[in-house]
Amino acid sequence: MPATPLIAYAHVGKSFDDGRVVAVDDVSLDVAEGEFLAVVGGSGSGKTTLLRLANRLIEADRGRIAVEGEDVSRIDPILLRRRIGYVFQSGGLFPHLTVAGNIGITPKLLGWPPAEISARVDELLDLVRLDRSQYRDRLPHELSGGQRQRVGVARALAAKPRIVLMDEPFGALDPLTRDALGDDYRTLHRELGLTTVMITHDMTEALLLADRVAVMHGGRLLAQGTPADLSASTDAYVGELLRTPRRQAERLGALLPRDGAA
Amino acid sequence: MSPSADPRWSEAFSHLPDYLGSHVRVSVSALALGLLISLPLAIVARNRPVLRTALLGLASIVQTVPGLALLALFYPLLLALAAVTAAWLGFSFSAFGFLPAVLALALYSMLPVLRNTITGLSGVDPAVLEAAQGVGMTPQQSLTMVELPLALPVMMAGIRTAAVWVIGTATLSTPIGQTSLGNYIFAGLQTQNWVFVLFGCFAAAVLALVVDQLLALIENGLRNRSSIRTALGGLGIAALIAATLVPAIARPHARYVVGAKTFTEQYVLSALIAQRLQAAELSATIRAGLGSNVIFDALASGDIDVYVDYSGTLWANQFHHTDIRPRAELLSELKTTLAKQNITLFGELGFENAYALVIPRKRADELGIHSVADLASHAATMSIAGDYEFFSRPEWAGIQKAYGLTFRAQRQMQPDFMYAAVASGEVDVIAGYTSDGLIAKYDLVALADDRHAIPPYDAIVLLSPKRRDDEAFEAALRPLLGRIDIAEMREANLRASGNDASSSPDAVARWLWEKIGIR
Repeated sequence: MPATPLIAYAHVGKSFDDGRVVAVDDVSLDVAEGEFLAVVGGSGSGKTTLLRLANRLIEADRGRIAVEGEDVSRIDPILLRRRIGYVFQSGGLFPHLTVAGNIGITPKLLGWPPAEISARVDELLDLVRLDRSQYRDRLPHELSGGQRQRVGVARALAAKPRIVLMDEPFGALDPLTRDALGDDYRTLHRELGLTTVMITHDMTEALLLADRVAVMHGGRLLAQGTPADLSASTDAYVGELLRTPRRQAERLGALLPRDGAA
Repeated sequence: MSPSADPRWSEAFSHLPDYLGSHVRVSVSALALGLLISLPLAIVARNRPVLRTALLGLASIVQTVPGLALLALFYPLLLALAAVTAAWLGFSFSAFGFLPAVLALALYSMLPVLRNTITGLSGVDPAVLEAAQGVGMTPQQSLTMVELPLALPVMMAGIRTAAVWVIGTATLSTPIGQTSLGNYIFAGLQTQNWVFVLFGCFAAAVLALVVDQLLALIENGLRNRSSIRTALGGLGIAALIAATLVPAIARPHARYVVGAKTFTEQYVLSALIAQRLQAAELSATIRAGLGSNVIFDALASGDIDVYVDYSGTLWANQFHHTDIRPRAELLSELKTTLAKQNITLFGELGFENAYALVIPRKRADELGIHSVADLASHAATMSIAGDYEFFSRPEWAGIQKAYGLTFRAQRQMQPDFMYAAVASGEVDVIAGYTSDGLIAKYDLVALADDRHAIPPYDAIVLLSPKRRDDEAFEAALRPLLGRIDIAEMREANLRASGNDASSSPDAVARWLWEKIGIR
């Protein structure tokens, strides 16, 4: 693991409603360069707040967050967001812009020349495996859920960020699409050398995609580590979260013969 | 007679370029001003609940003010403002016609634009706003690149509503001196020219429909992201504006403006004056249908050059005298007072159009009522009708006091309908006008005012300050002075209130000139 983490949370706290709701409570967490970290937790666990603190969609009350070694509170939040890719829950695409318009938005905000944006859009459509000629000029409502999320990923990658933040990116998709998209993203993550933080409530998804998993509950970070580290955890909640994938794996192993068509 | 052969249709059509052009001009300006004010206000107010509530409340209140009243209110307001700027800043502006109409109509257009813009902006999906922030947009970029484009269809629907309202309400700007399609309606109602009334209503409705449909095309294009429809709608609107504005620009500007109040006699007399000016090769145009509170100020400020008023009206309403003087004394006093404002009392036309209490001749003979004094003993069981201003005028108080009159009921009526109402017995007495042709038509009598409670109402020609010492102008008008007697005016008014081809003010004015000109 490199000496400086790409994202570093140190004793970070955030509460809402004048302190009545504590969303993030004294969390310290490092994300190394090139790492794929999944943050798992139920609703209200504070996982989404933790993610948004990194690009200052939400401002921290306490503690320090550093991105690429810089304290985020000293960076213009607009410029910070333009250099971090962000994938929204169900795409979050602009309904009035075409696929190309959506993908090229951050480069446009950064003032790239139009020809360069156009070339980048084509490149990204190839990366997320959407046919250029067919999808370039479509509007979001003309796409399936999976296609929309592919465009969402392409948009996040458009300005060549080193960091990608993903807020339950595959949650609303059917299982097959979800699996394909997860795999495809995992490949992109590796090939482009990205650093990814993904929020999910699905422990199975987290275990299958991420290098490391962090578990949030009630605003606190309960555990973090590789799947192996986690299974050694003595925490009851972590144990409970791991029980479902374990049971599923056992049953599936019993149900599906090893030498099938796959 | 087939409609195409009726000269009133061709007369109506001959006014169309002027009336429609002015109507479109004032509507477009008002709508543009309304948008210019409403859109930024809506954008500023969208995230400020208190301001938003206050703005929408204020706009709603404006909406409840009747259009006619709102328009009429702006005239004195601007007049006062013009006086202030003249005194302090050394410049003045015309508070007549275009400006008050545009301001009032702009206010009128605000509610739908404000409401729909705020609704449209607050209807944008929060997830999309979050995405705008997440990809690195500034609040300004989020507004212009995401929120406004997404709210545009809803905003457009508001603009559409505002456009239809403004086009409809603009017909009411005639009384404050703005030419519009309302000129047909006001003139038609006053002179019982139903061709004009229908023509005006129809033209305004068609204009509103066409604009509504073109804006609907734009709205539809925006909603479905079809740039072809949006462009077609935009082109249509631009073509409409160009088509209605070009004739107005190309038309030579008339030098002299003749004013007229809102009743038949005024339409006839203004037509007669305009004809005399044109006969003397002075170009003239008529601003008819002006409210009686507007017309004097319009003359004083030079927005119109000439009109006919009545001595008693000026005496009581304009100069607020409550005493009643003999005819000659009142005239000479008026002349002096007007001269102080640089207004020329050019002379009398020769007849008087006074208020008179009028009852059917048959009834008068039966009851032995021949003067207002005779009426006193019957009044308690009778009802009286008058025009919209009569019962608040000092003359009414004067008559009541002089003769001790108390009626069972009093009603306000459109002047043209009063005579039929008293003839049919719907009311017992009306406060009519002595020069009205309908007195003879319905066989009514005007009761004598032996105690001189009603002031004299000589028809007098007033000239604006800027036409002092205009020899050609005065020479063209001089032949009218002292030439029109009450019988001729009554007949002219009767002809003008007819509902046939020869009853247009122009035709009647020509008839009147033939009668008086050859003497």
